Amino acid sequence: MTTELLRIEDLHAWYGESHILHGVNLTVHEGEVVTLLGRNGAGRTTTMRAIVGLTGKRKGSIRINGTETIKLAPHKVAHLGVGYCPEERGIFASLTAEENLMLPPTLAPGGMSVDEIYAMFPNLKERASSPGTRLSGGEQQMLAVARILRTGARLLLLDEISEGLAPVIVQKLGEMILSLKAKGYTIVLVEQNFRFAAPLADRFYVMEHGMIVKQFAQNELTQNMGMLQEYLGV
Amino acid sequence: MEIFGIPHQAFLGQLLLGLVNGAFYAMLSLGLAVIFGLLDIVNFAHGALYMLGAFAAWIMLDKFGVNYWFALILAPLVVGVLGVVIERVFLKRLYGLDPLYGLLLTFGLSLIFEGIFRELFGVSGQSYPVPELLSGATNLGFMVLPNYRAWVVVVSLVVCIGTWYLIERTRLGAYLRAGTENAKLVQAFGVNVPLMVMLTYGAGAGLAALAGVLAAPIIQVNPLMGSNLIIVVFAVVVIGGMGSIMGSILTGLGLGIIEGLTRVFYPEASSIVVFVIMVIVLMIRPAGLFGKEA
Repeated sequence: MTTELLRIEDLHAWYGESHILHGVNLTVHEGEVVTLLGRNGAGRTTTMRAIVGLTGKRKGSIRINGTETIKLAPHKVAHLGVGYCPEERGIFASLTAEENLMLPPTLAPGGMSVDEIYAMFPNLKERASSPGTRLSGGEQQMLAVARILRTGARLLLLDEISEGLAPVIVQKLGEMILSLKAKGYTIVLVEQNFRFAAPLADRFYVMEHGMIVKQFAQNELTQNMGMLQEYLGV
Repeated sequence: MEIFGIPHQAFLGQLLLGLVNGAFYAMLSLGLAVIFGLLDIVNFAHGALYMLGAFAAWIMLDKFGVNYWFALILAPLVVGVLGVVIERVFLKRLYGLDPLYGLLLTFGLSLIFEGIFRELFGVSGQSYPVPELLSGATNLGFMVLPNYRAWVVVVSLVVCIGTWYLIERTRLGAYLRAGTENAKLVQAFGVNVPLMVMLTYGAGAGLAALAGVLAAPIIQVNPLMGSNLIIVVFAVVVIGGMGSIMGSILTGLGLGIIEGLTRVFYPEASSIVVFVIMVIVLMIRPAGLFGKEA
């Protein structure tokens, strides 16, 4: 029996006046890799941002490890062990690569050491003293993921990490996800790149118009391809 | 001995005066730049906070017999706490709105503070004695250096460089720089950004008050001392550009010196030279000398 690390019930979220999420329900168990699929504008990124508290008004329930977070300030949500890698990567230009890496505070013991991170991403070590945004797109993506691995966060929210990257780097990111999964991390992916996400995830949720419309497991992937084509055009 | 046809004593005297003024410009524009960076608020109350620092020192001495050295610590603390209260009660409500609201609010606050102190103490000004240890002057051979003015320049340089180090070289500074770029993401990483914003405004207010205490023995402590200075300081900030801490420091000191030299060579222009430079800089480099082009 695995424990529920993330449980979202009837989540509504707004940006200003626009109502984006209309009652999202999803559950992620400890150690699982779950992928949110859907078209642009379906509400996947907003779901991620709502979990960490970066949207406007939120309603409903988001439980992380049993703690209700719908009313918590973003920094308190993070301290429940949540690591967030935003779609736009969020690398800071006025910080060096290493300062970017060291920026997120430690949230829990057991995070990767800087040596382990540099072993995993040797490029980042070479570029340690370069301003963060001088790194290549791929390096910035590695940095955006690496800096949350340092914090001890066990629930990783990774938004479009393969976007715009060369196939060889995408493949490397895929290996990284698998090795994190082997270490017991719980991962929620938002992915446009279905080929990248398909072999990694244990379960899939499909979003449309701010709601979850389908969910299925890895072993049900083939029988759901028709449905996916309809929803995603893949 | 003469320098460019000017008696060297007069020349060096004005240069020193320029450096002292520059030290105040640097300390005040530094605080403004840090507050603007993180809070997106053009803190028009900065001059009033500087004035409050000077008055706090004067009141401490006059009413409670607290000497200069304690006032140098206590006055910035008191004004810093006031800054925290201002942030919590007023500024907090303005985040996410047009920066114009912050400017109007802080401008209003500065009028209120000035009005209260005019009512209480009039505009004639109170004199604050130079502390005994720093009174007198040192004859350097080529010029006579008033000890207190030398002290002001040294303290301000130490404070400016210390602030620069804190922001550019420490972990706390990395939070501040990152927060300036994207405060929400920094908070999503687990940093208590609202607390950091509150303390930053408090520290900026304390820095302005420290400048006020340092200024007290040099100028008359009066309710309008802040508004006389703040306009020049805003020009300094515009010239230096909002983006850079070191830029604020160097621009402040540099413009003080340029002002001093103008007083030697063409005194009529000394009160407008900063604004002439501001116009030229704005025409050539709208983001300021050290600012990042948008």
